[in-house]
Parts: sequence; C-alpha cells; structure tokens
Amino acid sequence: MMHDIPLAWMLALSATVFVIGVVGVLVRRNALVIFMSIELMLNAGNLAFVAFSRALGSLDGQVFVFFVMTVAAAEVAVGLAIIVNVFRLKETIYVDEINLLKG
Amino acid sequence: MTLALFAAFAALLVGCSLMVILHRNPVASALFLVLAFCSLAGLYLLLHAEFVAMVQVIVYAGAIMVLFLFVIMYLNLRHDVEQGIAVAVRRGAGWILGILLLAETVAFFKGRWAEGPVSAPDLAPVAGNTQAIGQVLYTRYLFPFEITSVLLLVAMVGAVVIAKGRGPGLHPAAPAADAAADAKAAAPDHAGGEA
Repeated sequence: MMHDIPLAWMLALSATVFVIGVVGVLVRRNALVIFMSIELMLNAGNLAFVAFSRALGSLDGQVFVFFVMTVAAAEVAVGLAIIVNVFRLKETIYVDEINLLKG
Repeated sequence: MTLALFAAFAALLVGCSLMVILHRNPVASALFLVLAFCSLAGLYLLLHAEFVAMVQVIVYAGAIMVLFLFVIMYLNLRHDVEQGIAVAVRRGAGWILGILLLAETVAFFKGRWAEGPVSAPDLAPVAGNTQAIGQVLYTRYLFPFEITSVLLLVAMVGAVVIAKGRGPGLHPAAPAADAAADAKAAAPDHAGGEA
C-alpha cells in the first residue's frame, strides 16, 4: 500500500519546522520576518493536526486546521496593520528599536 | 514512492523554512515562505487531506502571503542590518535555545511514543474528503464555525481602525483635539510632580 509514512516522521518534521519558527522569532529583529516565523510555527501545528487526524482516522484534526488558519489570518491582518502604524510613527520595524512602552 | 515524495517535500519544507529565517531580504523571506507553504500542501496531499491542501495553497500561499508582500513593498524595506554585539549575543542565545528545544523533541521521539505508520482507516467513504469535512464542519463544529466569522469580522474592523491611524492628512481635526487633550492631561501631572 501507499500509506507507509511513519507517524513519528511527520511529527518530527512538524517539530523541526516549529523549532525553526522559534529560532526565527528569537534571532531576527525585523518585525515582518518575526511574523513569518510565527506563521511557520502555526503551520507546524497544522501539520501535526493533519498527521494525527490521519493516524486516528478522524476528521476533527482537519477541521481544527481551519480554525488555526482563521486565527492566523486574523492575526496577520491586525499585526500587519500594527506594523504599518509603527513604521509610520518610528520609521523602523526593528523590534529592538521600538520601545514606546519604556518609561 | 510515497516515502520518496515525503522526503522531497520534507527537505523542501525544512530548507525553505531555514531560508525564511536566514535570508536578509524580507521579500526573499516571503517568497521562500510561499514555497514552504506549497511543500506543506504537498505533505497534506500525501496525508490524504486534499481539501486542507487546497485551502493551504489558496489561503496561505495566496491571500496571507500577498498581504505580507504588499506590506513589505509598501514599507519599502532594504536588506536587514544585523550588526553589533547585542544582536550577536541574541542570535547565539536564540540558536542555542532552538537546538535545546530540538534536542528535547528528539528525546521524546527516542522514547518512541508515536509508534506506527500514518495508517489509513477509510476516512472518507462518501464522495471525497471535501464532503466529509463539510459534514463534520457544519454539524458538530457549527457553532465554532459561526464564531470564526465573528472573529474575522472583529479582525477586519480592528485592522481598518488601526491602519487608518491618526495622521494629519486623514483627520484634519483629530491632532489638534488630541494635542489639547494631552496638554490638559499633562498639566496637572507636571504641577504635581514639581510640587
């Protein structure tokens, strides 16, 4: 049969992509790239959802992927609006130069 | 065959993800992210989640990444400048923490808690994956689905309100009113602070 991918491999791939996203958030200081890293993490979660949905023979995981995508879309819309606004205000999107809340 | 496809898509996904966080140019990062999403869609196809794969391409690689590219072009960014001791320290810390997290994951998998293949109990006896998902989505998950629409509406209104800003060109009256309010609010503070 064709379905012989071990579940652990899918989860390992998902974990690897998630870790890459975490490192991206920690390492980069461009707010847009940090957002892309967050998207990577969300997608790693989606991959795990779909893999488990396949392994357990249930469609609920795939339905959850839609909710995650919705949250990602909302987050991107609001976040990019904030980034545009911050850029207008500070002329930079480097997160370590944005310290508006510092007393 | 499936294993070869899995290996190819996985290598493409990991490589593109690394390029997303390593490339200095945000536009290139965004394009690599599109490629990563497409390889993810291929993995979903391997997992027989056809509808999720198509939605992945349309929503993520289509809509969300267009939004990203639009903002990148709008902000007219150049290559990132990443120099200085603080940046280097944070980069080292980030990589070390990431490698630690990955080692933790490897330890989990060494414990063999996810045994077995991604098996194929017949998921969609009806006419395809899309119909099965639709049936689940509109019966058991109907209420969360409707809440999702409210979430999207709130996000849309929020994005418009935030991005509209308070620039002088948009609202001629607003800055003056704000300045007056600020002055009124600041005056008692200063008096109190100096007294």
